[in-house]
Parts: sequence; structure tokens; C-alpha cells
Amino acid sequence: MIAEFPAGFVLIGAGLAAPLVPRALRGALAIAAPLVAFALLLSIDSGDRLEVEAFGFVLQLVRADRLSLAFGYVFVIATVLYAIFAWEARDGFEQPAALVYAGSALCAVFAGDLLTLFVFWEISAVASALVVWARGTKRAFGAGMRYMVVQLVSGMLLAAGAAIRYAETGSLAFEFVGLGTPGGALILAAFGIKCAFPLLHNWLQDAYPESTPTGTVALSAFTTKLGIYALARGFAGTEVLIWIGTAMTAFPIFYAVIENDLRRVLAYSVNNQLGFMVVGIGLGTDLALNGAVAHAFADILFKLLLFMSMGAVLLRAGTVNGTDLGGLYKSMPWTAGFCMVGAASISAFPLFSAFVTKSMIMVSAAEQGYMWEWLVLLFASAGVFHHAGIKIPFFAFFAHDSGIRCKEAPPHMLIAMGLAAALCIGIGVFPDPLYSILPRPVEYLPYTASHVLSQLQLLVFSALAFSWLMRTGIYPPEMRSVNLDFDWTYRHLGVRLGAGAAEAIAALNAAAAAALAGAAQAAGALARRHHGAEGLLARTWTTGGMALWVAILLAAYLIVYYA
Amino acid sequence: MTDERNYWLDKPENVSTLYRGLWALGAVLVLLDLAVHRHEESAFAELFGFFGLYGFVACVALVLTAKLLRRGVMRPEDYYGDR
Repeated sequence: MIAEFPAGFVLIGAGLAAPLVPRALRGALAIAAPLVAFALLLSIDSGDRLEVEAFGFVLQLVRADRLSLAFGYVFVIATVLYAIFAWEARDGFEQPAALVYAGSALCAVFAGDLLTLFVFWEISAVASALVVWARGTKRAFGAGMRYMVVQLVSGMLLAAGAAIRYAETGSLAFEFVGLGTPGGALILAAFGIKCAFPLLHNWLQDAYPESTPTGTVALSAFTTKLGIYALARGFAGTEVLIWIGTAMTAFPIFYAVIENDLRRVLAYSVNNQLGFMVVGIGLGTDLALNGAVAHAFADILFKLLLFMSMGAVLLRAGTVNGTDLGGLYKSMPWTAGFCMVGAASISAFPLFSAFVTKSMIMVSAAEQGYMWEWLVLLFASAGVFHHAGIKIPFFAFFAHDSGIRCKEAPPHMLIAMGLAAALCIGIGVFPDPLYSILPRPVEYLPYTASHVLSQLQLLVFSALAFSWLMRTGIYPPEMRSVNLDFDWTYRHLGVRLGAGAAEAIAALNAAAAAALAGAAQAAGALARRHHGAEGLLARTWTTGGMALWVAILLAAYLIVYYA
Repeated sequence: MTDERNYWLDKPENVSTLYRGLWALGAVLVLLDLAVHRHEESAFAELFGFFGLYGFVACVALVLTAKLLRRGVMRPEDYYGDR
């Protein structure tokens, strides 16, 4: 019973208790809670269940299997790393909110039924919006509000899909869903929002760069990977996901090349990496599904590391705009080094994590005969090195010297970055422990001469393309700008349409009011004409006139009587 | 700060050395294709220097397309009126 206690509850409890704990102990609590949760996870096995009765349903609070455990492990590791990195963020509500957010995401991963999943889906949405708001700026408030609306829409779709499913099948169990089953399309849309499918993606690029230097680190770990987990369980082998995922790997990288805010560049690369996982889930083979889960695991860690390094730059230099930075390796050599480990990891350099994870998806796509898709994925692999692997460290730490001289990141941030970097390299050098926790049994050897050589060729020539474009001046300079993306439809077009509609309604309203006023005036004038002081019906009549009218009426009466 | 250290990368000739070194590394990697028979799922990917050429062309195409994209989507920083 102790063993099956939901590990997420430990984090949620710590988050709720944190504001009541003395300030000196808060940081320690935030680190201790995920460690306790990790110990709990290690004590449960695939197959363990915890069921409770509530609302007339039997709810499965814990359903441990290899898929949920793999995501569970990396979620608690990410929470520990965040807590160390955000050691100084003990005063505001960010850290408690982040713990509740991480805990509810962890609970969602272990939810065995759709109702439990929905409850934690929503708690994580609200708690993560609080993390966005913790920045305290007007922009963060707006972005957080848009973020929350999108997340809650995802929850509503999930609830609607689950309700239809329950009505049709009488079961709330969260197993394979598939597109053709009752409520399947709604549930896919709900998961698709969390996974940032194309056109459903902008909440990510909108909210992540507006959060605090530490808050973005927490945000990058859980929401989208919860979506990937749910997609892997509910829609493995759904072919349409291959094309959705392929599109996701390619289109964000064009935006990443021209984006100035380096944390927004990373947000676009989150999108790109999620695409690889979605493709893996769509392929649905043992190798591809393992690849998707392994890549999610590796991605959480290197994305954490990259967002940490940019968070440290934002903290020390006060900006993460490519236009304002450059030459920071002189002031922040450790941060620069850790950033480059993250960059090498996301770019899938041999000996770094993505090399041993992403390739499983690529190989599976080629094996299944998806050659065009494979070519796009290869393009996106070169592109991710270009925009995340080179652009991020280059514009922040090298490029032209901006003259900014600041302090190195504080020790707790360096420790967190160092641990994350060690994990990225550790997975790349010793992939077997990660392979051993993957959901499907599969043999895969990442380090073959073929694979190492082809990947190195791809990366070195991508780097050559970057250097050549830089030295010839063809590379577009960083510019202060906003680049319109699909969110234009609701941040501008929608607002304009709304404002237009409001204007039209106001005009109609005014016209109606004018018409009413005119009618009232006309009625008034009529009344005045007849009943006014000079009106026909208001005149004082003369006595003679009265007598005459009475005489006429009497005469008429007599005539009618005798006739 | 006036007593600024001189860094190796501050000298343009060192950056050029690095750049030339990268080309040399690329050349070695492509030539290794002659020694190592790469096993790929499709025949075209086994062609001499395929991955090097693809990586280079992909990145140049990416940057040129992104430059074009800027013409369509770039707006002033206060476009959404909240900065």
C-alpha cells in the first residue's frame, strides 16, 4: 500500500505546504520532495495498481507499467534539477506552483482512467499558468491568460471525449484509444494541443519566453511531455501522426532562424523535437515507440539544460535577445560550456543523448518505407543543429562582443546545469540503462560506423553552411521584431474581428436608438399636436359651440328615433 | 574594464584558422565514405558524401527560405501593443 502511494501527491503536498514552511527550509523541501517521490517510484513495479472509489466510479489513481514508469522517472529527475536551479526563487509563488504542476503531471502519467487523467490534466494546467504569471509583468499576464485558455480547452475536449466514450462503452479505462472509436477524435485533439500540433502550437512560443528565468525551465519539462505520454498510450500506430509529426519537425525551424528572443528560439525547437516523438508514435513499431519514449526522456534533460543556460543569461545579462548579446563566454564560461553540452545533445552528436534516441525513430521511418518523411526528418535534424545547436550558443556567448560584462551564474544554477549536462553525456555514452526501462523489448545498437559517420557528415556540413553564410554576410542579421505566426489569428485577427463586431453592434445599437428616439419624437409631436396646449383636442370650447353640438346630437337622436 | 584579457577568439586570423579546420574535417569525413561502407535503408543515402551534401544544402535552403519568410511575417516589436 505504501509502495503504491501516488508519488505525485508528495510533490503536490510539498507545493501546498511550501508557503507555510520557514523560508530557510523551502529550498530544501523543494529538493527533498522529488527525491522522496523518486524513492517511491523505485519501489513500485510494472503491474502495481491503486484503486479508490469516488463519484460512483472506481478510479485508478496508480497504474504502473513500463510506459508510465519511464515518464515518471524523468519527471522526478526534472523536478529535482528545477528545484536546485530555482533555489533562490523561494519568495514568490513560482516554486510552490511549479511543485504542484510537476506533481499533477506525475499523477496524470500514472492515471489509469480518463477521469483521473482529466483531473490532473486540469490541475497541471492551472498550476503551470501560475508559473507563467510569476514573472509579474503585463506581458506575462497576457501570455499566461492565453496559455491557460488553450490548456483548459484541451481539458474540455478530453472531458467531452471521455464522456462520449463512457456513454458508448461504459468504460473510462485509459488504454489504447485510436481515432475510430467513440470520442477518439476529441481525445486526439485534446492531446494534440498539449503536444503542440501544427496550428495548435502557439501557446508554447507565446508563454514560455515570458516566464521567469527559472519558471521556463519547469514549463519546458512537463506539459508537452505529458501530451507525448498520453499520445503514446492512446494513439500508437495512428498513421496520420506520422505526417503531423513530420510537419512539426520542419516548419518551426524556419521561425527559429529569424527569431531574436533566444528563449523563443528554444520554444520553436521544443516544437521541432516533439515532432520526432509524434512521428515515432505514429509509426508505432516497437523500435519507433521506444525511440519516442527514449527521445522524450533525453529531450526533457537537454531542453532543461538549454533553458537553464538561457535563464542564467537572462538573470545576469538582463536580456536574451540575440541583438543585445555576444561575447558572454568571457563572463560566463561555465554557463557557455554547459549550454554547448545541451546544444550538442539536441543536435544528436555522437556521445550525446539524442544520438542514441532520435535515431531509433529515423531508422524505423526508413525501415517502414516512409522515405519522403525520412528526408524531411533528416532536413529537420540538420536544421535543429543549425538553429538550436549553433545559433543559441553562438549569438549568446560568441558572435560579436556586445561589451556586456557580468557575473557567472550563481553556484546553485551551475550545479543544476552541471548535473543536467552530466545526464545528457551519460545517456549518450552509456545508453543501456535508458534502453532497459523502455516500454518495448528491442535490440538497438546506436554506435555503428555507418551511423556515426553519416551523422558527423550531416552535422559538420551543417556547421560549414552556417559558417559560410556568416562569413559571406548572407546570414540574416538578428533583428528586434515580432514574427507573425498562427497566433496572429487570435491575437490580431480575432481581436480585430471582435472589435469590428463590437463596432458593428454599437453602430446598430445607435441606429436602433436613433430610430426609436425618432419614433418617440414623432409620437410626441403627434400627441402634442392633438393634445398640446394648442392641440385640437385640448382647446377650450366655446359655450355656444357646445350648445350647437348638443342641439345637433339631439336632432340626430330624434331623427334616428322616429325614422 | 580596461585591463581586459585578450582571448584567442578575439583575433580574426584565429577564427579563420578554425573555419579552415572545419572544412578540413568535413573533407576527411566525406573521404571516409571511401573506406567505410555505410549501410542505409535506401540506395541514394549510400551515395558518396550524401549526408554531407544534404546537410549543407538543407541548411543553406533553410536560411534562404527563412530570409524570405521574414518579408511576410516580420513586424515591429510592439505589434501586439504589449511591450
